[in-house]
Amino acid sequence: MSAPEVLKKADGLIDRRVFVANLMHGRSDDLLVVAGLGSPCYDLMAAGDHPLNFYLWGAMGGAVPMAVGLAAAQPSKRVLALTGDGEVLMGLTGLATAGAEGLQNIVVIVLDNGRYGETGQQLTHTARGVDLVQTAVGLGFKSTRRVDTIEEASELRDWMRTVQGPAFAAVHISPEAAGMSLPPQDGTFLKTRFRERLGIPPR
Amino acid sequence: MTDASLARDWRDDIFDALMEAGIKQVAYVPDAGHKKLIERAHAANEMRAVSVTTEEDAVACLAGAWLGGDKGALLMQSSGVGNTINMLSLMNTCRFPMPMFVTMRGEWGEFNSWQMPMGSTTQAHFELAGVKCYRVEHAEDVASTARAAIDQAYNGDCMTAVLLAQKLVGTKKFAVGSAGDNKQ
Repeated sequence: MSAPEVLKKADGLIDRRVFVANLMHGRSDDLLVVAGLGSPCYDLMAAGDHPLNFYLWGAMGGAVPMAVGLAAAQPSKRVLALTGDGEVLMGLTGLATAGAEGLQNIVVIVLDNGRYGETGQQLTHTARGVDLVQTAVGLGFKSTRRVDTIEEASELRDWMRTVQGPAFAAVHISPEAAGMSLPPQDGTFLKTRFRERLGIPPR
Repeated sequence: MTDASLARDWRDDIFDALMEAGIKQVAYVPDAGHKKLIERAHAANEMRAVSVTTEEDAVACLAGAWLGGDKGALLMQSSGVGNTINMLSLMNTCRFPMPMFVTMRGEWGEFNSWQMPMGSTTQAHFELAGVKCYRVEHAEDVASTARAAIDQAYNGDCMTAVLLAQKLVGTKKFAVGSAGDNKQ
């Protein structure tokens, strides 16, 4: 028996690399970023490495709940979980906790291409009828939006820095792969330089 | 509330150990054995109690807490340990410290056979994932074990778990028409 027919969503047009470079333009130490595994890490790295970037090389589904713990620990900073649709679909429970905890300084931005880019471009559920923006509304996010054009990048950058969280945006990016821009892989290095930059003394 | 429920017990010993260690975030999945400890964590101004819906989210949350300078601890029951396994690789690879307190099911006096596969292999799963385990059977050992497990996690940048035996925690009562309870 064949799989049921589903209407595949039209592909997005936004170049992910250009979009993330715009989003990170002029960033300061007031922004802390946790990037979900795969292409969002490469996009963030390509936009410029920073000690307050934490790149996940694994722990799929962990970007948003990790951002929750970080946002609670650093209430005076903005915390961005920058991740992909496949990653966040593995951690929808974490998205629910972000909504329930209601931290005002947390923003989730999903680069949504409807594909599992690391594993051969298989379709994710967002290409098969699942709407993450409506999901975020239902999970208690205070502000949500969908982004369809590259021109909205600078506006989203301002929104990300000022919106009252928990806030959520899905960016409808092109499924075209952007290539690997590999961040440091040493987890203890990433952890230590992040804490050092925040001024947390070594124990 | 009866006088008995107000009396101090080993859950208060764990709470005291969390307070003394300066734990700021307590992530948990609701559990009858930890009920009093969860309530005390919520009531304390010194810490934030974070209710999550699955245990791997608690692990990731505590990684984020430490990244931001907060010490954390995780409360769950043994059936939740299986949910944590892949996320424990985050703690292992990055050496994030994390003490865990696990109430055991599926062992002494368990009625529900569906709890047994996970309960009987909890420690083995944890040890394969790189967690140092301390099993406690007697209430008088809880305070010192809790302190030791927290200290080892934060002195060694590693994961530790206190496995609170079902004999200590009590068995859940199953009876037709009963809401069930988990008492000593």
